[in-house]
Amino acid sequence: MRNNILAIIKKEFVRFFGDKRMALTTILLPGLMIYVMYSILGEGMMGRMSADEDYVYHVSVVNMPQSMETMMENMPVQIENVSEKNEGEMAKVADKETDLFLVYQEDFDGAVASYDSETSQGAAPQIEMYYNSTKPESSEGYQMMIAAFDSYESMLANKFDVNGREGTYDLASDKDETGMFFSMMLPMLLMIFLFSGCMGIAPEAIAGEKERGTIATLLVTPMKRSHLALGKIISLGVIGLLSGLSSFIGTMLSLPKMMGGESGSIGVDVYGAGDYVMLLFVILATVLIMVAALSVISAYAKSVKEASTAILPLMVIVMVIAFSSMLGDGAPTQWYWYLLPFYNSVQCMNGIFAFAALPVNIVITVVSNLVYVMILAAGLAKMFDSEKIMYL
Amino acid sequence: MEEILKVEGLGKTFTLSKKQQKLEKTKEKKRVAVDGLTFTAYKGEVFGLLGPNGAGKTTTLRMLATLIKPDRGDAVIDGSSIVRDPQQVRSKIGFLTSELKLEQFFTPNYLYDFFSMLYGVKPEVRDERKRKMFDRFGISEFAEVKVGNLSTGMKQKVSLVISLVHDPQIIIFDEPTNGLDVITAKVVTDFLQELKKDGKSIIVSTHIFNLIEKICDRVGIIIQGKMIVCDDLKGVTGEKTLEERFFEIYEETAGEAV
Ligand SMILES: Nc1ncnc2c1ncn2[C@@H]1O[C@H](COP(=O)(O)OP(=O)(O)OP(=O)(O)O)[C@@H](O)[C@H]1O
Ligand SMILES: [Mg+2]
Repeated sequence: MRNNILAIIKKEFVRFFGDKRMALTTILLPGLMIYVMYSILGEGMMGRMSADEDYVYHVSVVNMPQSMETMMENMPVQIENVSEKNEGEMAKVADKETDLFLVYQEDFDGAVASYDSETSQGAAPQIEMYYNSTKPESSEGYQMMIAAFDSYESMLANKFDVNGREGTYDLASDKDETGMFFSMMLPMLLMIFLFSGCMGIAPEAIAGEKERGTIATLLVTPMKRSHLALGKIISLGVIGLLSGLSSFIGTMLSLPKMMGGESGSIGVDVYGAGDYVMLLFVILATVLIMVAALSVISAYAKSVKEASTAILPLMVIVMVIAFSSMLGDGAPTQWYWYLLPFYNSVQCMNGIFAFAALPVNIVITVVSNLVYVMILAAGLAKMFDSEKIMYL
Repeated sequence: MEEILKVEGLGKTFTLSKKQQKLEKTKEKKRVAVDGLTFTAYKGEVFGLLGPNGAGKTTTLRMLATLIKPDRGDAVIDGSSIVRDPQQVRSKIGFLTSELKLEQFFTPNYLYDFFSMLYGVKPEVRDERKRKMFDRFGISEFAEVKVGNLSTGMKQKVSLVISLVHDPQIIIFDEPTNGLDVITAKVVTDFLQELKKDGKSIIVSTHIFNLIEKICDRVGIIIQGKMIVCDDLKGVTGEKTLEERFFEIYEETAGEAV
């Protein structure tokens, strides 16, 4: 009787959604928490950056040359001229009172003009720049000045320019940029969120029923064990999916805030319906194999607590595999990689987000995962039939 | 008399875990819980399994209910073997024991419908039966209260009613009155007698002589997993009370065993 599978699924849903607190903490809360946390985090980072932009660097200078005075006019600096190099000014930098202490050699411009790196003997004209790396502003000012000096130096000896004219030379489209970023980040995040979602419910639904003695009540009914196993896996799959998707949506919504101003070119709108459909199938297949594996592990455990401990090794494995999306150069194209559970999910997602997914590999992933789920469901059914596992 | 249950050479040996060994202060690795039990129960009668703690009553009934598998022998219940056809057996019997718990979260009403579904009871039949049973046991006014919020006695009654959603012809009941107050216990024993009147076959286990004398037609005394006597009540007791007779038998057997 197929109806029994439905009855089990319905019961699990009533149990889950009927318990407002459980439903909220499993489905709504993860997404909301991630959204709020990431948003606060993102805003905090942006706040720091804009404060820095208004900052005026305090610089003391000895022997300010004409050329440098013009150059520094457009920089956010407040200049104080000092007659000679002295310990006092250096101490001010060390004590974080001022940011930089610049010492040009006398007649710096003249020395630069007469110096030819190919022919001249002796040392090149000198600039000494004292800074304090433990003070962020000093450190940043130092970087800013180094960059300015570098460009001034290369301007003096200008032989050729690279990309000197106005215009965009990076021909990567928004789509490519988004694809690259998302294909590295999102598979990992999705895997982690989906797994955490499933991890929160499977031990409760399987080991919990064992612990409370309610599974025996089901097992004295004439219901087929395989129907019980399938009903559990399907219902857990749906709930796990909702929980994982909640976290995922939270991430996607907070992403623009996380990325600050740079987010302009990165957006989910570059993906088409086809990409989302493929993604949905892959996510479904992923969640199913996750709950199936977690259910089997939970069925071995005597209590929810024991089950939560027993699933930790699998969690580590899935996390490590999830990180593989950050490495390497994109998803492999050979079909046989897509027979490996979890790895196939990560690489399919990677491919989809990078616009490089091969439909045949998606199909292999979905089909092979379904086969594994069936095998695990059969195993779970066998376990339900084993008195050693169920009652001892 | 028509045979409804035929048990032949039924045996079960447990392997004791380290923890159990420590708990029971024993070095033995195996525990023979049921040792070649053979007996027959007939249609329409109440058969009582009487025995002291640890005699193997619960283990026997769990095997009959197909929760655990025998490692020797077999039992045939209404033509279905517990070894070869457990699923068939499950649909024919109702197993009642305090071990079978109901999920606290659900209401009696929901659970009744849920288990009716699993037993394949049609909705029309189910609703009529539910109304009758809920009224009979005073569950109606608690029909929508979560099981977790019910009193112990009410929980037991709900358990009982739910084990019988499919109106089985054979009822297996482990310690029917254990843990019940006298009033609830009477409700249960009265109900068992009613079931018998309806022509059901009932197997109960107990260590309470009174209960056996009140409701059983035939009784089997098990000690240390073995069936010592099995006969109708008069045949076992003779001129004595069941209690006197039991201690005589116990002395003989336990004396032999030690
Ligand atoms: N799962 C098990 N593992 C190991 N030993 C067990 C197990 N179940 C029962 N036993 C042992 O088998 C023997 C018979 O136990 P059983 O529960 O069948 O006795 P009982 O007649 O129901 O006793 P009681 O009146 O105490 O309920 C006991 O010695 C018990 O310790
Ligand atoms: Mg017992």
